[in-house]
Amino acid sequence: MNPSLILGIETSCDDTCAALVTEQGEVRSNVVASQGLIHEKYGGVVPEIASRRHLELLDAVMADALEGAGATLEDVDRIAVTRGPGLIGALLVGVAEAKALAAARGLPLTPVDHLHGHVVAGTLGPDAVEAPYLCLVASGGHTFIARVEEPSSYTVLGSTLDDAAGEAFDKGARILGLGYPGGPAIQKAAENGDPEAFDFPRSYPGELDFSFSGLKTSLLYKVRDGAGPVEDLAASYQRAIVDALATRLGQAARREGIDRLAIGGGVAANAELRERLEGAAIPPFELCTDNAAMIAGAARFLPAVEYPGYLDLDASARIHA
Amino acid sequence: METEAHAAEFAATLAPGDVVFVEGELGAGKTTWVRGAARALGFRGPVTSPTFTIGQVYAGGGAEIAHLDLYRLESVDPWLLDDYVTPERIAFVEWPKGALEGRRVLIEHAGGDAREITT
Repeated sequence: MNPSLILGIETSCDDTCAALVTEQGEVRSNVVASQGLIHEKYGGVVPEIASRRHLELLDAVMADALEGAGATLEDVDRIAVTRGPGLIGALLVGVAEAKALAAARGLPLTPVDHLHGHVVAGTLGPDAVEAPYLCLVASGGHTFIARVEEPSSYTVLGSTLDDAAGEAFDKGARILGLGYPGGPAIQKAAENGDPEAFDFPRSYPGELDFSFSGLKTSLLYKVRDGAGPVEDLAASYQRAIVDALATRLGQAARREGIDRLAIGGGVAANAELRERLEGAAIPPFELCTDNAAMIAGAARFLPAVEYPGYLDLDASARIHA
Repeated sequence: METEAHAAEFAATLAPGDVVFVEGELGAGKTTWVRGAARALGFRGPVTSPTFTIGQVYAGGGAEIAHLDLYRLESVDPWLLDDYVTPERIAFVEWPKGALEGRRVLIEHAGGDAREITT
């Protein structure tokens, strides 16, 4: 008998994603249609364009994912979809599609927290990380350390109080005139710079929290004072971000007594961070950035909602205290 | 700290349906100011930069709070803001880009760590 197949759908931001993953965690296909080029000329994501593009692309992306897995809709046993957090209009496209598809085919549906997807991305594939582990998720919108006892849930041990690490890269690149997205731009400029040329502040608020807005302001002041060259500024700025992330993850590991570490989110692509966190489980890049395989992957550990229980499922941008 | 205190005092004058533009350049302390206001309005959870997510809604205190950041938007779709800005919520908007009507708070660098806040 074939293993059960989960079709994952993810449209929380500017990538339209679909993937097929088995209940055992094998990624059969993982398709991402990036809107990056469209948004580049606007300097970022434009929600109304993102939502419209999701609508246009989602059917084709799902067809690609099925074809890549050598499967048809007949083979799918469950649908998984990101319900938040994200751009509300963009999320709604994926949620509506998932509900319609599940209802039409009489399949169960699992709504997934986008961040849970990032946290358990490392449990997919042949080099799966095994719980318990700690996971640092660092992306454009989020930066936090999670403790994973069982992959069905996670506990946030610390998170950013202001800007996310990826946002610090983006805004730093903007201040330095290096373009968007900022992570690759700063990394490239930093290759020819001295990471110790400038002593940027590292902020360690609370026990395990992060703060990057003071760093950003410090860079702004340096640039305003005419400091340079830009390569040294980029290298020192990158060093400060990586230092904060790696230091905090190390402190969390000691405090929790867990030495199995994983990282996720787009910032996991940063070469200096990967070097600093040698020994941590780093999923392939396509599982670190936004993707649907991690959503289907997280669904493996979550209950499936049977028809018609999911018909009133809504996308959610709320944060509860 | 003073930024948050200023925000707390300002927040005492707000009611559901109010929209507040929080303006100032990168690093001025806009998100810090909104955190101070959200705390004063009874929200205890995380208040972080919504630059990436464009909008966040904080629930669980008194009135729900919408926190928007239109920094990355070229133009503003009013339909998008309808999902966040409602008559039941108090809205704080960073980088407002002329999308809405609202009261204005301007935070400026005043040398060193000092800030000047005008309302």
